[in-house]
Amino acid sequence: MTLQYPEGEAPDAVNPGQFAGIYTGNPAMLLPRPISICEWDPACRTLRFVFRVAGAGTAELAAMKEGSRTDMLGVLGNGYDLPALAGRKVLLLGGGIGIPPMVGLAEALHDLPGTEVTASMGYRDNNLFLTEELTACSRLLIATEDGSVGTKGNVLDAVRENGIEADVVCACGPMPMLRAVAGYAKEKGIPAYISLEERMACGVGACLGCVTRTREVDAHSHVRNARICTEGPVFRAEEVEIG
Amino acid sequence: MSADRSSEWTNKGALPDMSVEIAGVTLKNPVMTASGTFGSGMEYSEFVDLNHLGAVVTKGVANVPWEGNPTPRVAEVYGGMLNAIGLQNPGIDVFIERDLAFLKQFDTKVIVNVCGHTEEEYLEVVERLADQPVDMLEINVSCPNVKQGAIQFGQDPKCLCDITEKIKRVAGQPVIMKLTPNVTDIAQMARAAEAGGADAISLINTLMGMKIDVEKRKFVLANKTGGLSGPAIKPVAVRMVWQAAQAVRIPVIGMGGIASAEDAVEFMLAGASAVAVGAMNFHDPYLTQKVVDGMEQYLIRHNISTARELTGAVL
Repeated sequence: MTLQYPEGEAPDAVNPGQFAGIYTGNPAMLLPRPISICEWDPACRTLRFVFRVAGAGTAELAAMKEGSRTDMLGVLGNGYDLPALAGRKVLLLGGGIGIPPMVGLAEALHDLPGTEVTASMGYRDNNLFLTEELTACSRLLIATEDGSVGTKGNVLDAVRENGIEADVVCACGPMPMLRAVAGYAKEKGIPAYISLEERMACGVGACLGCVTRTREVDAHSHVRNARICTEGPVFRAEEVEIG
Repeated sequence: MSADRSSEWTNKGALPDMSVEIAGVTLKNPVMTASGTFGSGMEYSEFVDLNHLGAVVTKGVANVPWEGNPTPRVAEVYGGMLNAIGLQNPGIDVFIERDLAFLKQFDTKVIVNVCGHTEEEYLEVVERLADQPVDMLEINVSCPNVKQGAIQFGQDPKCLCDITEKIKRVAGQPVIMKLTPNVTDIAQMARAAEAGGADAISLINTLMGMKIDVEKRKFVLANKTGGLSGPAIKPVAVRMVWQAAQAVRIPVIGMGGIASAEDAVEFMLAGASAVAVGAMNFHDPYLTQKVVDGMEQYLIRHNISTARELTGAVL
């Protein structure tokens, strides 16, 4: 879905990896749905979201008619650290519903001089999505679980099969994938930025619902928990304990 | 001058007096934040001018930092949500240095919610706060999400009376006991708090609930059980506030699913002297301000000159 801000209400900047809370319009559903931003078009004041229908709330969002209005909380969270990625060989890894935020990141990196972007995206089967957008701004590798397209296996299998080497890795996807990515980055001695997901309530750091375990005591919470909505959703892999 | 004298009495020029008094503390209006739904005000200060609120009630604070429960900690349910945060908090030292200092920049009353596993832990926090610039204390003897302490003190009238007495002995501020709805007889618990010397009571905390993912056959919350809040609990909350208000002479602060000014008025009519906006802050971060404005509009619409008159004014 694409949401357009009313004139004069768009934010000055949107960072890839940020998300927004989208309201369903159903009053029985209190909480906005936290969904990562796929693309941001400042000229049109539009945010594009690509999401999977996972429950009743996302089903309502998917059923919204073109031209209808909704409320949105955001943009929220911190995105990827673009200055730290500029001018480097960046490997983007996205699995399933972790693919959409990688599109906006690939587009932003593509515009940075000297930055080389390789994207390895993992799909279940040949129902691919967002490949056109990714091809336009990165070298795209595809991995499928059933082997119907590209490498049979996961995103790291595709990276190894193609002999890709990188200076830094950015990843979004299911927890087992993020664990593997953290392991891969450690093995290669390169930094990894990972985007985490958790059930969320307020989205603004007040309720402490969406925390992740951290290696060190967090500066805000003073315990080993960081708020994914506020300190995240993007973390350095070594900052967090993802098991 | 117009012959129609009634217009002089219909508040057409003068705005209604929104102030209320709880245990000798005057609040500029009856609208507070419910503990745990507003952090320590910092996050929501981007949305709401805290100067406009009757009081900010902080998230529960303990003697030392608490890590809280594993995730998932929250789940949405029909008309509400479940939470099992487990009272994660940075501890009283950080609270005083950072959060209290932040809140003192605003012209609103500060009510600190105090939690603990044991009597000693509660008393330690209350003592630490005695000489701090805090207007009132709210004692959380009603959290359903921590294994030890908290709710155990709030489900037995003898225990509740006893801990209230002990807290009153060391407290430097008026004490509000926050009651749990997870009891058979709320009036009995309200009386126990009053007998222990509480200056006020607040209710309701969350109702214990559960959600199971039938596809995965798993509990949605890592803690299995969680506290239910939101509009789904409002009728239970209104009933309990009414019963509690009937049972005691001390002021009652009403909360549970408030989503509008009309909801807030409903609690006042049931007997509350002030109200708190809770889970619905997560739905609408501007809600507290809307409730303040809407209550004022309600008073004007009904030609009522003071918010205080609403308390217990159900006919």
